[in-house]
Amino acid sequence: MKKIKKIIAAAAAAVLALSLAACGGSGTASENSGAAESASIYRTLDDIKSSGTLKIGVFSDKNPFGYVDNNGEYQGYDVYFAKRLAEDLGTELELVPVEAASRVEFLETGKVDIILANFTVTDERAEKVDFALPYMKVALGVVSPDSAVITSADDLAGKKLIVVKGTTAETYFTENYPDVELVKFDEYNEAYSSLQDGRGDAFSTDNTEVLAWAMQNPGFTVGIESLGSIDTIAPAVSKGNETLLTWINDEITSLAGENFFHNDYDATLAPVYGDAVDKENLVVEGGIVKAE
Amino acid sequence: MKGYEVLFTGNNFLRLLSGLWVTLRISLISIGISLVLGVLLGAAMTVRNKAVKAVCKVYLEVVRIMPQLVWLFIVFFGITRSTGINLSGETAAIIVFTIWGTAETGDLVRGAFVSIPAHQYESGLALGLGKAQLYFYVILPQTVRRLTPNIINLSTRMIKTTALVSLIGVTEVLKVGKQIIDANRYDAPDAAIWVYAAIFFMYFIICFPLSVFSKKLADRSK
Repeated sequence: MKKIKKIIAAAAAAVLALSLAACGGSGTASENSGAAESASIYRTLDDIKSSGTLKIGVFSDKNPFGYVDNNGEYQGYDVYFAKRLAEDLGTELELVPVEAASRVEFLETGKVDIILANFTVTDERAEKVDFALPYMKVALGVVSPDSAVITSADDLAGKKLIVVKGTTAETYFTENYPDVELVKFDEYNEAYSSLQDGRGDAFSTDNTEVLAWAMQNPGFTVGIESLGSIDTIAPAVSKGNETLLTWINDEITSLAGENFFHNDYDATLAPVYGDAVDKENLVVEGGIVKAE
Repeated sequence: MKGYEVLFTGNNFLRLLSGLWVTLRISLISIGISLVLGVLLGAAMTVRNKAVKAVCKVYLEVVRIMPQLVWLFIVFFGITRSTGINLSGETAAIIVFTIWGTAETGDLVRGAFVSIPAHQYESGLALGLGKAQLYFYVILPQTVRRLTPNIINLSTRMIKTTALVSLIGVTEVLKVGKQIIDANRYDAPDAAIWVYAAIFFMYFIICFPLSVFSKKLADRSK
């Protein structure tokens, strides 16, 4: 029996050693991976064309920007644009569901060609990915219950503010309002549920998002409609993917001729926002952000 | 629209079921491999060789200390970044849950072996049983009996933890549920409670037979 035990032990040790070696190997490789390797991570415009499939990362639960309808079909403002991109490139479209917190990684590892997931342009993100021309603009908004409406960011001191990890709201409040206690969630769904359950005093994310939500949820008001600087939302590609970036930029510029993003708004956002939001405050046509 | 109607609108219910199938596929494959590797690991942990023990201990602790979410990111994104190998989300998930399950199973197996009192070995030998007979008739049945509830416990934990895989783009049952709630958030704001209830019921349907099965197994080995 001792012999059997020894054999088993040796086998197990070998398996372990192998798996540890595999882990160690990947660790050192990541340190060594230089420019030469990272250059092969993304697919150029020609690679995508010849593969016949354009892979775009979108949200799958952020109605009305990117969501999956009751028939299992992707819909929304971002998806409308994604479909057009694939159509104009002449390829099939593969939509990959992404979460706010993993959008950058999907591009850094080339698992998608483009991220079209309500991706706000920030300096920090621009160091890791390349943004194309914007197709939408937003500021932050704060929604709170009618019983205790938060109307200025200073009101939040010492209160619990719900944010979604990896969003602009998280960064903004961490940097500018350290007195605010942040309650962080991975997903929008959880954030809204916890606001309804009273696990926080208010919830902050893009104003487009909270305005739409407050319209459908009586008892909640957007006390702060515009906070922080006005940010733009743009498609993003892997760092250095020049050919794809240029093509998207040309596409956005030429689509202005047919007022594409205004049509996109009418098809996907108008039913949700109604008259509550001015279209010109959200839509960016041809990549040109007009001054307020 | 009433909240419960959302469940049967379009092909939502089918989508939930296919999400459940993804959950099951990932967890059952990982649990299966973990059991085999975990028994080997557990046996390795009981040997006297200090080096083997140390390696096992380090493996166990490293796996336990790091959250499963970190492991998912390391395997899904890290491997692609460092080697260029592009694993699918599901494969990455199975690898991570196997790494975790093996460590936990190994520790359970070790615990079960160690917990058998010395007099059980001695009495068996005193009755004239051979080594193989001793293990087969005396030690193993007791080990299995002590092990089963823990393994089932671990399995149900693993099944529920698979909800994390949505972060690497795998749409499992909970993610489908969230998509359904979100798609209907303007028409049926109270859909959440119904969808979550349905998902609760689905998890129950998978996990309950497991505990019944484990009880049967425990009873039989008495």
